[in-house]
Amino acid sequence: MSHLRNIIYNCKQATFLIEKKTIKRLSFRETVELRIHLYGCSFCRLFGVQSRAINNMVQELFRRSMQSNISLDDDFKRNLQERIEEELKKN
Amino acid sequence: MCLFMKLNPHQWVSAHADYLYAFAITRLNDEELARDLVQDTFLAALEKTGNFEGKSSERTWLTAILKNKIIDVYRKKSSGLKTTAIMKAEPGQDDFFNKDDGHWNKEHLPQAFGIEDKDHLVSKEFEQVLKKCMQKLPALWMAVFTMKHMEDEPTDTICTELKVSASNFWVIIHRAKISLRACLQKNWI
Repeated sequence: MSHLRNIIYNCKQATFLIEKKTIKRLSFRETVELRIHLYGCSFCRLFGVQSRAINNMVQELFRRSMQSNISLDDDFKRNLQERIEEELKKN
Repeated sequence: MCLFMKLNPHQWVSAHADYLYAFAITRLNDEELARDLVQDTFLAALEKTGNFEGKSSERTWLTAILKNKIIDVYRKKSSGLKTTAIMKAEPGQDDFFNKDDGHWNKEHLPQAFGIEDKDHLVSKEFEQVLKKCMQKLPALWMAVFTMKHMEDEPTDTICTELKVSASNFWVIIHRAKISLRACLQKNWI
């Protein structure tokens, strides 16, 4: 398989580079290879869009669950504060 | 006693317990474990009051202690498994791509979800599927994914804390996303 053919067919490598790119700057060679691949591969282009969407959605999920009113029950909190007071007295 | 001018343990529970609990539960998805960690965090913090320099807020300082405890949990959950076992944790892992040329195998070709363009406005139903798919990921993958994409931790830190090699880090980042995306495709479309 020629090198160019390898770039064009290798979706495994292309998706790897798509993920790597979200974290780290790609080398010049990697950038060129990814561009060539994406130019001809609509599946990996879709993968890239979905990958970004997934990251956004997971971030949103985290953000929202921090804002929602998750709370501990009062008994647990009372006991916990008592425990802290006891520890404070020891010192 | 002067440090208590900055730290006020008498108010810790009412001021920070719910926040820390939400923080832990978001990352661990386990109520009981989250409660334990909140308690451990406060008790550990009492031991370390001397280390508090007042450079960050009380809440930031407590959250940092909790974060370390969460990383301990990640580490425990994923230790004992050999790397090879982790890689094979999901059935059909290697079937996504053709072994010879790396092309997508037909049954795994990405298909549109129909929600790609509606960023941030995701339906409750899709959110549920997403949550389920995240829970299906092996613990170590989820830990790496969360620390990188949610906490934005440096790659070196993640590798050291979770004891994964740099090359494994990239493999995990890649496979976690491939698996998560495939799970969404399977359960949503």
